[in-house]
Amino acid sequence: MRFDDEPVPGYPLPILPGHTSPGRFERVLRAGAFAVTTELDPPDSADPEDVFRRARVFDGYVDAINATDGSGANCHMSSLAVCALLTRVGYAPVMQISCRDRNRIAIQGDILGGAAMGVCNMLCLTGDGVNAGDHPQAKPVFDLDCITLLDIGRTLRDEHRFQSGRKITYAPRVFFGAAENPFAPPFDWRPQRLAKKIAAGAQFIQTQYCFDVARLRMFMSRVSDLGLADRAYILVGVGPLRSAKAAEWMRTHVPGVHIPDEIIRRVAGAQDQAREGRRVCIDLIREIRGIKGVAGVHVMAYRQEESVAEVITESGVLAGRTPWHPHRPDAQTNPQPESAEQ
Amino acid sequence: MHAMRHWSVRHSRGLEVLYQILERTFVALDPLWRTLGYARLERPVAGVERVVKGFLFDCRMCGQCTLSSTGMSCPMNCPKELRNGPCGGVRANGHCEVEPGMRCVWVEAIAGAARMREGSKAVHLVQFAVDRRLTGRSSWLAVAREKSGHRKGVRVQ
Repeated sequence: MRFDDEPVPGYPLPILPGHTSPGRFERVLRAGAFAVTTELDPPDSADPEDVFRRARVFDGYVDAINATDGSGANCHMSSLAVCALLTRVGYAPVMQISCRDRNRIAIQGDILGGAAMGVCNMLCLTGDGVNAGDHPQAKPVFDLDCITLLDIGRTLRDEHRFQSGRKITYAPRVFFGAAENPFAPPFDWRPQRLAKKIAAGAQFIQTQYCFDVARLRMFMSRVSDLGLADRAYILVGVGPLRSAKAAEWMRTHVPGVHIPDEIIRRVAGAQDQAREGRRVCIDLIREIRGIKGVAGVHVMAYRQEESVAEVITESGVLAGRTPWHPHRPDAQTNPQPESAEQ
Repeated sequence: MHAMRHWSVRHSRGLEVLYQILERTFVALDPLWRTLGYARLERPVAGVERVVKGFLFDCRMCGQCTLSSTGMSCPMNCPKELRNGPCGGVRANGHCEVEPGMRCVWVEAIAGAARMREGSKAVHLVQFAVDRRLTGRSSWLAVAREKSGHRKGVRVQ
């Protein structure tokens, strides 16, 4: 898909009628394309080149790149900084905001700051508990939860004021998202929780890893009954499993990840487990694509980011289109910040 | 441990009725509270509230009680203090991601809300951000002040 006014790195697109952000990701979704997003693992480093290198492996395969915010309660470069770097060269980042580490004063400041740096998409999350990560001795903040965060973000954007009521002079033009986990109990309540998130301002949803299509179908059918698929774009989380052992580790150690035994058996039974993990992911994407109300996939390939290209190509979900990226031959070349050049 | 908390959730409907009577009484007594002075009553009433709700719900005295909207399961007992539903980390057995030995506060809340009349609807409403200034203060007095409408009270959710 191409738009007449493709992004000029570092400059926002015009905001189309009915859109809330000047971003490409919102445009792709509203244009009805099956969207692909992925996750960038922020480096344990202060070198911007580490960020650009990690983004580059996704060139041509994804519409937006999530920058995680201390995922799993582990310390990394901040999502705000990763996003700010990515916007310099024209990528469409999704800034993840977790309530675990910052209170409402810091978070609202980051929403304004991110928007000022050209970040058009923000994903509002509660966050994992600190005990899950590398700093269990830290103080968990949780001043807000993801839903109150969405409410506050939307107030900033639409009512031009902080939660305190104090006015802001220029609102952040942001496309707000939230996460949902259809694969954790209480299952019947998950669509209701999604409804709450949408009521609080979520415009797109990225789900937890899906390895259980039957469960996803039940969830999506209820979501469609509630009319929620028409009110938010739902991207289903997927990812390649590196090995049966890695899958076993994930489901016991990563909060909220559910992997059925038959998936693990399938990977374990293969000679090349990593390859079989990618095959499983491709099969899942193809199946998920056909489910009513699904607007895209969110590919999380932690520490095997280079496999995203194969998974996306093989699954055929892009249907021949090449998402914009700064290294595309027809991308306009602009003066880029020095840090982006090597 | 947590036995009383679970009892309260199992009897959420009865507690809902009881609270409604209590609330009406508190609101009706507003002239008395005004005569005695809301400010003077704050400490003793908050003290009683802390003991009663502490026993029944393991109440954390957030000062803006939302038990009627959370199936009589106190959301401030959630390690993430979630007031709008369970996080994505709930374990397969319905236990908490952070404290594996504890039932998820929100799994309880949803079960409790299902037994309630008003509470079964209220659980779907978006709860706004907690006002941390109210921590330790009496919710009952805040409700009496708010609902009687004589004074401009704090926001009650």
